[in-house]
Amino acid sequence: MKILSKEIIADTGDTKITRFTIFSPEIAQKSRPGQFVILMVSEKGERIPLTLVDADEKKGVITLIVQEVGYTTRLLGRMNPGDSLYSLVGPLGHPTLIENYGRVIMVGGGVGIAELLPIARALKQKGNTIYSILGARTKELLILRNEVASLSDKFYLTTNDGSLGEKGFVSMVLERILSEDSDFQLVYCVGPLPMMRAIAEITRPFGIKTLVCLNTIMLDGTGMCGSCRLNYDGRIKFCCVDGPDFDAHLVDFEDLMNRQKRFLEEEKKSLTKPTC
Amino acid sequence: MNEGGKITKIPLSERKATFREVSLGFTEKEALKEAQRCLQCKNAPCIKGCPAGIDVREFIRLIRNKDYRGAINKIKEANNLPGVCGRVCPQEEQCQLACVLNKTGSPIKIGYLERFVADWELQTGSIASHHRVSKDIKVAVIGSGPAGLTCAADLSREGFSVYLFEGLHIPGGVLVYGIPEFRLPKDIVEREVSYIRSLGVKVITNFVVGKTKTLDDLRREGFKAFFISVGAGFPRFLGIPGENLNGVYSANEFLTRVNLMKGYLFPEYHTPVRVGQKTIVIGGGNVAFDCARSALRLGCSEVKIIYRRTKREMPARDEEIDNAEEEGIILEFLVSPREIISDREGNVKAIMCIRNKLGEPDSSGRRRPVPQEGSEFVMEADTIIVAIGTAANPLLVSNIEGLDLNSRGYIKVNDRFQTSIPDIFAGGDIVSGSATVISAIQHAKIAAKEIVKFLHISNPDKE
Repeated sequence: MKILSKEIIADTGDTKITRFTIFSPEIAQKSRPGQFVILMVSEKGERIPLTLVDADEKKGVITLIVQEVGYTTRLLGRMNPGDSLYSLVGPLGHPTLIENYGRVIMVGGGVGIAELLPIARALKQKGNTIYSILGARTKELLILRNEVASLSDKFYLTTNDGSLGEKGFVSMVLERILSEDSDFQLVYCVGPLPMMRAIAEITRPFGIKTLVCLNTIMLDGTGMCGSCRLNYDGRIKFCCVDGPDFDAHLVDFEDLMNRQKRFLEEEKKSLTKPTC
Repeated sequence: MNEGGKITKIPLSERKATFREVSLGFTEKEALKEAQRCLQCKNAPCIKGCPAGIDVREFIRLIRNKDYRGAINKIKEANNLPGVCGRVCPQEEQCQLACVLNKTGSPIKIGYLERFVADWELQTGSIASHHRVSKDIKVAVIGSGPAGLTCAADLSREGFSVYLFEGLHIPGGVLVYGIPEFRLPKDIVEREVSYIRSLGVKVITNFVVGKTKTLDDLRREGFKAFFISVGAGFPRFLGIPGENLNGVYSANEFLTRVNLMKGYLFPEYHTPVRVGQKTIVIGGGNVAFDCARSALRLGCSEVKIIYRRTKREMPARDEEIDNAEEEGIILEFLVSPREIISDREGNVKAIMCIRNKLGEPDSSGRRRPVPQEGSEFVMEADTIIVAIGTAANPLLVSNIEGLDLNSRGYIKVNDRFQTSIPDIFAGGDIVSGSATVISAIQHAKIAAKEIVKFLHISNPDKE
């Protein structure tokens, strides 16, 4: 649970993304692309899920990439090499189903690109043709773009402000690709909920299998509490044990986006309290 | 004449604002007085009334002699969790039901006497320890609730090298995430766990067997027997519209936020738990009462419990129902939820219910609630807690090849608590479905004995 290294990979002043490597031989050994861990920064901390971005079985090391979005991720961002997490458990959730689908489009938004990378790598190794579309608010936040580019057969970048790649959204690029050539067997998407919802609606008329990797509010991560539940094909599913990958065409995104607002007021309270 | 003493509780005025334990238990004077009432019956029906088989008569006799050390040691011969059981066992249905004085309406308060000596030991600060791992045989106990703690302790006493695996960051299972502080203080659980550690049990937290390592991995690492005690913690939902609205919790989520994560101390502790002004809890078991009384303590001004049958069929303990009513919790009977209604922002605004009448008895022997069509009505609420029970958590058990489960997903065992795989035993809620702490302990004690036999047969030369 000891932090071995820390590297700030993006910092725009209001958004900071940090890469940590953490010593955890057991998790490193079992980790598969698509799985996650749950960690606590301190005894009084929250339990938060984070995607396993990489794992080095030989060194016993896992990699996590964290964007500071709330109180706990901010505390995590202040931790340094040599510090130990209070709690770390995993790998949790089902790994992504890695097989030779054929031609695959990977769509990543913001810090979701970090979660996309291990899946893209595994799919590439299985012999898939990889198209990648990465998007972020601005150039600095297009993290890991060289890594993703190096394993992509075709590669597209978008930024909201036009500072790198096309100005606009990933959905725009996906729509254009599919309008010219819709012979794809999988679209894999991870990013903010509105983006994943938009992607699901673009691929739906084409009938292309579309997976999204969800990150809902969790507590235990083992199916015990139901905090992470979502409405999926008219039934309740738990993101922690049934996911985190789900068929995007069956996810009720409205419901999910509403549930993500559950503790916004409390989060504000946390962020304004003095921390020391 | 031979009437039991009353139990002192903290003042009602304080109760609504604190998570402190409600019942103060016996003082020494009160305990001695209560112990004096015991008739020391020759046939001691109380012992048969205890699922763990505690020698009740003898420990009460020792209390009478002020030999509290002797009394706690006597209890611990049969039960490793006296501070827990003294508090949460339904004694009124077990030892105290069997007590001869029960006929007078005033049985010996055995639970409170058990609690008294357990707490006495805590206060003296000297917990008897018997660390004596002597056999080089590793046993894995999976899940650290009451069954797991008990089985681990008993096996360690037999000299095995016992590893107790827990998925969460704190051991204790339902004792830490489920039962609230005001009924079972967490320092009591911590104390029981440290006693079990002192017996030589190695407690491994943050370890989800089936994920961090599989059971097969552990077998390859040399574990010779397994006891699965992962509980039944998989929350059930109602399957009605509006169940995913903000403000709807499963009882497990609500209690985990409050108890395990100490959400009642937010923001000092970082995990939020939100209740509004009107909370409705759906259910009629102890868990429903734990939720309702927690919501009240979090500052909710009106808390209701709605139950589909009547008070008579309620599975919760009488003591809990009394406590809740004292605290002002409103009980509504013969009511079933139909739909949870949203405000414009996706939060709970109200709940539509229907009234029931009692019909013919169902498979549980209790009269079945029959909805009265046309009796629908709406109650305002901003928080809904669904406390209608749990199901088997498939995470581990459905991933062990060859492990027989019943139709509801619980593990099938024989009368020795052995599963379809010879080196795997199981007990507690993952075998029986939701039940009591003491029945989990009972399973674990039998299983521990059987595991000892199994290991002696399969590893004769390791003695």
